[in-house]
Amino acid sequence: MKGVMSNPVSVGVPSPQSGSTTQRNVKSSIRDLNFFYGDAQALKHIDMEIYEHAVTALIGPSGCGKSTLLRCFNRMHDLTPHTRYEGEIRLFPDDVNIVSPEVDPIEVRMRISMVFQKPNPFPKSIYENVAYGLRVRGVRNKTELDGRVEAALRGAALWEEVKDRLGEPGTALSGGQQQRLCIARALATDPEIVLFDEPTSALDPIATASIEDLIISMAGSVTVLIVTHNMQQAARVSTYTAFMYLGELIEYGPTNEMFTRPREQRTSDYLTGRFG
Amino acid sequence: MASLSPPLAIDASHATVADIRANVAQRRRWDLVFAVLGLLATSIGVVTLLALFIDLVMDGYQRLTPDFFLSFPSRRASEAGILSAWVGTCLVMLVTAVVGVPLAVSAGLYLEEYAPRNWLTTVIEINVSNLAAVPSIVYGLLALGLFVYALGFGQSILSAGLTLALMIMPIIVVATREAVRAVPHTIREAAYAVGATRWQVTRDHVLPYSIPGIATGVIIGLARAIGETAPLITIGALTFIAYLPNPPLTTTPPFVNFDWLWSGFTVLPIQMFNWVSRPGTAFHANAAAAGIVIVVLTLLMNGFAIFLRYRLRKRINW
Amino acid sequence: MAVARQTLIRRGVRHRDVMERTVESVLFACAASAVAVTTAIVVVLLVESAGFFSHVSIVDFLTDTMWTPLFAEARYGILPLLCGTVLAAAVALTVAVPVGVMVAVYLSEFAPVKVRETVKPLLEMLEGVPTVVYGYFALLFVTPLLQNIIPDLPGFNVLSPGIVIGIMIVPYVGSVSEDAMRAVPQALREASYACGATRLQTTLRVVMPAATSGIAAAFVLGIARATGETMVVAIAAGQQPNLTFDPTQPAATITAYIVQVALGDLPHGSIGYQSIFAAGLVLLLITLLFNILAHVLRMRFREAY
Repeated sequence: MKGVMSNPVSVGVPSPQSGSTTQRNVKSSIRDLNFFYGDAQALKHIDMEIYEHAVTALIGPSGCGKSTLLRCFNRMHDLTPHTRYEGEIRLFPDDVNIVSPEVDPIEVRMRISMVFQKPNPFPKSIYENVAYGLRVRGVRNKTELDGRVEAALRGAALWEEVKDRLGEPGTALSGGQQQRLCIARALATDPEIVLFDEPTSALDPIATASIEDLIISMAGSVTVLIVTHNMQQAARVSTYTAFMYLGELIEYGPTNEMFTRPREQRTSDYLTGRFG
Repeated sequence: MASLSPPLAIDASHATVADIRANVAQRRRWDLVFAVLGLLATSIGVVTLLALFIDLVMDGYQRLTPDFFLSFPSRRASEAGILSAWVGTCLVMLVTAVVGVPLAVSAGLYLEEYAPRNWLTTVIEINVSNLAAVPSIVYGLLALGLFVYALGFGQSILSAGLTLALMIMPIIVVATREAVRAVPHTIREAAYAVGATRWQVTRDHVLPYSIPGIATGVIIGLARAIGETAPLITIGALTFIAYLPNPPLTTTPPFVNFDWLWSGFTVLPIQMFNWVSRPGTAFHANAAAAGIVIVVLTLLMNGFAIFLRYRLRKRINW
Repeated sequence: MAVARQTLIRRGVRHRDVMERTVESVLFACAASAVAVTTAIVVVLLVESAGFFSHVSIVDFLTDTMWTPLFAEARYGILPLLCGTVLAAAVALTVAVPVGVMVAVYLSEFAPVKVRETVKPLLEMLEGVPTVVYGYFALLFVTPLLQNIIPDLPGFNVLSPGIVIGIMIVPYVGSVSEDAMRAVPQALREASYACGATRLQTTLRVVMPAATSGIAAAFVLGIARATGETMVVAIAAGQQPNLTFDPTQPAATITAYIVQVALGDLPHGSIGYQSIFAAGLVLLLITLLFNILAHVLRMRFREAY
């Protein structure tokens, strides 16, 4: 539905699930991206393509820059003083460089939403939590809001649990439910990409499993970028995996290939637990 | 301090269990003595508060009749009342709240949510903390020179309200900043991440969640303003006011008028000061009665603010 | 279709920009008003004082031992007022510092949590009592009480308001000192306890030395508070400029003098009117000085941890 016809870049890559080759569109293309906190360079010459309607995992030891890279996608770094982007993250179909200073970060965030490490629902009702993104962009029609809130909650597999208590505070839910509420909030605005920053690190194994199922099912309709410190999680949910180390992209490719036959020594060391 | 050192010298190599126990018991005794002293010192404040209140009540309770609230000041102590004083206090507080609260809350929001880290922000921050330290009577001098004469507001309710608004501004700014800072960063990120603008984040999240904290500061600030005397005396507030300003609400359109802003006035603490500083004891009962009213008012406000803060600390669980 | 949606988004964003800038400017103006107020204070005090000093030489102002601006033969020596101010502050600090530090030690190191949670709000309430009420209390309760002990104590004296101001600032001195002691890292206390020290020994030998500059800051801030206090002295100390260091005598402070003049009806622009601005300028400089000193002390304390 979203801009398939206008995308100029298409590449054939093997799909890890089916083993067959499927045609995938490039949703976003990172070109020679550098990122600085003050004088410290956190990302070095990143080049990679993000494929549409797939889950791409970013892995690597802590401090490798995976979260930094993720946060470039919705310009979260703009909230921190003395940060600087160099290079490009081009977003298709309209081929706009989303890290360019000329592009309004709010415009970027309206297209690319995010789910954070710790569930961070607003201390508002469940309904208002989900509706917030729509309200800030001026949706006032009650019927439309109701419909999209329900759709988002269904999309986050939370609807059945909360449909009778939409007026209760979001903070009263359990940890796993809170995180699914945050996912619903991210889905409600019909984003092109959803970013996940270690979304299960604060959750128990059962809640983690339900979030992972959700991420896999989302990939049919939205592009997902997920940072995880858990390699098994990357293997379970992602189609593509990027391994980063010290601010550089070391290796990037289909997940099953990387986990079975890593090309780089450092990737293999990390995957076998020699560091990280 | 010498006496506090262990009285039993223990030779470590030959200390018996009995020696050690004796030594510990001796030192523990000092702990107890000190704890009792500390409790005494702490209770001085509480005892003073009680003594002060009992003293006021003993001196003034028989003057606390309905007539006392409904009479103007008078030459005869038994006929004098605080009508013009409490009306004046209400009107001055109205100006103070309407001007001071939005000004201070906006300043606090700016400093916490908007201000870039640069020299200008530093200058503003230094100014706010300096203003908090300026003695209240200096605000009175400022008002005398600026509001009363330079701007020509005269010795009016407007001048008084503005003076107190400036005086309590630092209190509310500090409370606002603390309340705003307590809103976790993850909440702001969540709102930004769905495309909210800075003002939307501030208006929809930061401000609503910090309202209880801000309210605490506002109430404490207003309580301070209600009890404040010195700056209002300095601007030359008259102490004998036997009339009421025109009421702010009227029965004829446009239903509001602002004449009262320019009216002369007195307030409760000034009325009390007037009575207490008269020679002879006839008016002292009046002063005590006015004192009861002021103390009850300010203690209720402070108590409410403190209650609000303690409840707040327990309630919010991010 | 997707491109059309993105164009819509962009137009909405641009529309909101105006709102954003307006709000930010308004908020900035409110914050900047703090600078305006400070400037206004300094300008008003300086302008009116300049008028005063065109009549009175600064040397006379600082060295003359008489302050009689309301007499026919006016003399303008600030020393008697300074003396009254220092005396009142000294009495206040004699009460407030030992008691305040004791309170801080007790609340920070000794008191059970329950006691602390109950006592702290009560102390805050004490801070909330209006100063005019404390003035009444000093004149009509504490002075008669003291007269039982010192039979020939005059009805107006510095001792009684000094003591009352002292008690009044105990919560303030106490809470600033307590903050300083609480900021001492727990590891230091644990190290002391691990050596077998008692609570008191830990407090006196480890916590208090570590918090010295923070406690000193509390002391200095207490001075600034006591110096600026007006109503208690104006009511109970007698408003008589008096070059004395005997706290049982009546005296006027800088603040009490300002009140005294304001209560009269000196014409705007007269030298008597201007004199209260000169007095206010001296007061502002004193409080500013002590606040800067306190700031330096606290900075040093913060650097240590």
